[in-house]
Amino acid sequence: MTMTDTATLKLQADTLFTRKRLTAFAFPAVILAYFAYIFFAFDIPGLSERVDLEHGKTLVSDTYSYKTHVTRDNRTAEVSIAVEGERKGTYPPGTAPDWVTLGDDTVIDLGRGNIVTFGPDIIRYNVKDYGTITARPGANGVQAVLPDGPVPDWISASKNRLSVTTDAGRLTITRNRTEVFRYSLGWELFFFTLDSPYHGMSFPDLVSRAFTGEAGAIFGDFWHNKMWRHSDVVWAIFETILMAFLGTMGAAIVALPLAFLAAKNFAPLMAIRFAARRLFDFFRGVDALIWTIILARAFGPGPLTGALAILITDTGSFGKMFSEALENVDAKQIEGIQSTGAKPLQRYRFGVIPQITPVLLSQILYFLESNTRSATIIGAITGGGIGLLLTQAMITQKDWEEVSYYIILIILMVMLMDWISGTLRRRLIKGGAAD
Amino acid sequence: MAELSVHSPTSDIRADYMDLTRRKRVYNGVLLAIFVALMVAGFITADDRNAGGFWDGLHRLFDFPAEVLGEASEKLSELPAHFVTFFPSLIETVNIAGAATLLGALCAIVLSMLSTRGLARWPRMIPVFRRAMDIMRALPEIVVALVLIFVLGGGPVPAMIAIALHTSGALGKMFSEVNENASLKPVEGLQSVGASWSQRMILGVMPQVAPNYLSYALLRFEINIRASAILGFVGAGGIGYDLKNAMSWGQGQYDEAAAIFLLLFGTIVVVDQISSALRNRLTHGARLEATL
Repeated sequence: MTMTDTATLKLQADTLFTRKRLTAFAFPAVILAYFAYIFFAFDIPGLSERVDLEHGKTLVSDTYSYKTHVTRDNRTAEVSIAVEGERKGTYPPGTAPDWVTLGDDTVIDLGRGNIVTFGPDIIRYNVKDYGTITARPGANGVQAVLPDGPVPDWISASKNRLSVTTDAGRLTITRNRTEVFRYSLGWELFFFTLDSPYHGMSFPDLVSRAFTGEAGAIFGDFWHNKMWRHSDVVWAIFETILMAFLGTMGAAIVALPLAFLAAKNFAPLMAIRFAARRLFDFFRGVDALIWTIILARAFGPGPLTGALAILITDTGSFGKMFSEALENVDAKQIEGIQSTGAKPLQRYRFGVIPQITPVLLSQILYFLESNTRSATIIGAITGGGIGLLLTQAMITQKDWEEVSYYIILIILMVMLMDWISGTLRRRLIKGGAAD
Repeated sequence: MAELSVHSPTSDIRADYMDLTRRKRVYNGVLLAIFVALMVAGFITADDRNAGGFWDGLHRLFDFPAEVLGEASEKLSELPAHFVTFFPSLIETVNIAGAATLLGALCAIVLSMLSTRGLARWPRMIPVFRRAMDIMRALPEIVVALVLIFVLGGGPVPAMIAIALHTSGALGKMFSEVNENASLKPVEGLQSVGASWSQRMILGVMPQVAPNYLSYALLRFEINIRASAILGFVGAGGIGYDLKNAMSWGQGQYDEAAAIFLLLFGTIVVVDQISSALRNRLTHGARLEATL
């Protein structure tokens, strides 16, 4: 008798083990098969053709360096110097960075012994370890003269165009224009633009001037920096946090009364409960993306639209969570309050709300943090906050240093909100335990 | 003397209690007032900085949905055809979310093991991995996606990488919280027979935490479907991209937009339902095992 029992048990155990072993192998196999399918469905083999490494290179080099353009109009022989070739970054006439010497001959020192000279009608480029390139741009073309020997691949010369690219910088000469790029490390003009008197001043100098009554002017020049637009950026960050705050808190305020309608122990009528729950499902199911589109049509782009989109989506999520929390409240406390003769509203206020407040607040705080991220995303779609600035900077496809600046700010902003919400939640849980 | 010692503590306690209650009430009142003021001020600021005002736009709120619904109901017979047209993009959106969740979850498993005290391969590196996960979590998907679209070109791959990156940060944190509750005894047992770190993790930790992992990963999948639809809207493929196109054609083409709205809504609801049923079963099953 016992023999057969153990035999069947052993058989059962064996089949169980076989099944477990099979699932253990089947699981990775299914994942692998899915990835294989994705590999072809997403056309990853064809990715190599679509990848634009040139784009990647500019993106990376722009994030840690910038270039200064020195441009000579070959017809008037006028020389202008501008950071990134932008009007906002143009040096006022008569001034130049220390590696450019203005005069009858403009001498540009590209560093490491590479020197470009703009003469009255001849351009000379002394390339270290190679020789001197000269050109006489004019109506007959560039007329470039290279040193003897084969032309290296970093020089491209034709009748109407000469381009020399070295590590030190780049020289491009066409009939009408001569342009030199010099690359420098860092983010250009981050603190002060060139038209500010404080540009290029050392930090101790600035501090001493700030103490002699120029603090306001110094801050003003920094705040209204045309290149980096610090005031706009701070406003955008504030707008993003505002969207998250208004959306989250508004959703909580709207969802709380609705949650009572969806909780089993507070809404005896099935129909009301059903309606409230389906309403929450609808709010959540119509995604934030669709709400954003609908709201943007009515209110136009801006932080209000984003806040309302977050509000509506999260009303659904909060409603669901709050009603679950309400279903878990202890009825004894409510009965206790009722026994003192409290009216329904008082019963809710003193019997229910204190029980669910810690749960509610911790969920709200959690959402506040995740909504900071959503607000960035919604801002990018609808046009508000830091998300808008980011997309704008990306569309120009050249201000990558600004893009990386914004990305760093976004990460810091979200981490800060994460930290605030985490600290408050921890304190809330501790406080709740002490009570 | 005796009377005093009996009388004074109770009255003291009562006075103290009333005082405390009053103070608490004042604090709560002040906090509430500050909160209301912040909400109102915030609303007014947001309203000021919005392109259109709230009160001007409020009556226009239903114009657009009405327009879309009106057009859709006019061309009701064309809707099934639209569903068929846009179904492949829907599949792509779901695939982006699915592949990104899988990739992210696999990375998150490794990252979470590396950043849990007691399990970490290199205990000194725990803070490094934690900070790395914090940064991954803090990056909104759209930022990574936009940068990658610039380099890799449009299509599903940038969206997948962007969502996977965020997912591995978010799930990594969840997973490491789960890991902290895992018993170390199987790990020590395996170590005593000379198992390597990866063997200890796969054979000692994974069986304990797998149901919780799966439950969190399912929840992430729900979130990622929404994210993948949004990323489509900014240029990565999928249904979001079709929605953007349908919207830009404007009036007269809103039946397509309506079809996409319906597809997206239906998918989100269905996935939500399935995943919440599965998650219920996972936690329920875990509870059953625990009681057994």
